[in-house]
Amino acid sequence: MTWLLPLPHLMITLMSMMNFVRKLGETSLKSVHKLGHMGIFMGKSLCCALTPPLKIALLIKQIQFIGFQSISVIFLTGAFTGMVLGYQGYNTLSRFGSDAFLGPMVALSLIKEMGPVISALMVTGRAGSSVTAQIGIMRISEQIDALRLMGLDPYRYLIVPNILACIICVPLLTAIFDVVGIFGGYLVGVKLLGMVSGTYFGEMMDYVDMKDITEGLWKSLNFGVIISWVCCFKGFYTGVYTGFGAEGVSKATTEAVVLSSVLILVWDYFLTSTMF
Amino acid sequence: MKRFDIELTVGIFIIAGIICLGYLSIKLGRMEVLGNKGYDVIAIFTNSGGLKTGSSIKIAGVDVGRVKDVSLEDYRARITMNLSDDVKIQEDAIVSIKTKGLIGEKFIEITPGGSDTLIRSGERLRETQPAIDLEQLLSTYIFGKI
Repeated sequence: MTWLLPLPHLMITLMSMMNFVRKLGETSLKSVHKLGHMGIFMGKSLCCALTPPLKIALLIKQIQFIGFQSISVIFLTGAFTGMVLGYQGYNTLSRFGSDAFLGPMVALSLIKEMGPVISALMVTGRAGSSVTAQIGIMRISEQIDALRLMGLDPYRYLIVPNILACIICVPLLTAIFDVVGIFGGYLVGVKLLGMVSGTYFGEMMDYVDMKDITEGLWKSLNFGVIISWVCCFKGFYTGVYTGFGAEGVSKATTEAVVLSSVLILVWDYFLTSTMF
Repeated sequence: MKRFDIELTVGIFIIAGIICLGYLSIKLGRMEVLGNKGYDVIAIFTNSGGLKTGSSIKIAGVDVGRVKDVSLEDYRARITMNLSDDVKIQEDAIVSIKTKGLIGEKFIEITPGGSDTLIRSGERLRETQPAIDLEQLLSTYIFGKI
């Protein structure tokens, strides 16, 4: 009967393997469940956003918070992005004797990629995180339940203003970013490196199409939806997914920022590769 | 007063954003807001050489308009040019497609003619010169005339 001796070991290995498979299944089920939850959340918010009673005052407050207060950050990052593009572009292009194309290079890379992505990341860091924290704290201190008890729809009061404000603000901020960046590139290319300003702007006008601008706008609109969706969802379900208490809120905020930044970059790739 | 402040800042933000958007789309994207100004002239080329809508039209190196439309007609390129009103063109003017630099983009150069009759909107310019095919030129140069 000695051949039966390794059987318990075998059983244990089998059990641990089954445990691993079970864990895998559990995680995937959980993530699918969470995805569905996010979808339902977005659907509910959209329903609330598209039906009449819209809280204009709250929307204006959120536009002020997400849009107006981000202008300084967008200005700064836009100017420096444009300036660094001017420098790098000039150095690279002058190697091939085509520094005349600095203008189109700066403008196209800003309008098509840098503008939408960087301004969306900036909005995520500046406004998205605080939206999550605010809604999260309202959740853990049971203010959302209180709203519901008073007969007010928390979606209408908290989520819809944020989503609409993001959809309005992010494209506008992107436009500001693009223009400031183009003038940053002008500053470096023309004033510092001695290009002719007519070349910079003239070539730019020849190469930039309306199609490029609508592409950038469409992207930023998408990013606006992503930011508000992820940040509101993470805040709204702080208690469910990350636990109650201060730690739960901090975790939710971190997750919101990380997830929306990653989603912005991934979605940017897919938008570029499939649509344009 | 507090509410007023919020509304004012939001207004400033929206206006700034829309101005930037307008700058981008009108100045760089050449979006036409106040309808089409100027008049259209048609020219037919045997080879457009990759001319695009929005390419510039020049007389003596000065921008006078944009290409409005590029389409196919009888296997030839039919190009609609939008010229500004203050530019008068004689009906025997020569329209040629040229390249900016060696590998730059294509544009249309109009060489004024000597006729007394000016061309009117919607009419066709007959004297055209197709785009120069650089590869064909090179091969002619290398292999001699065939």
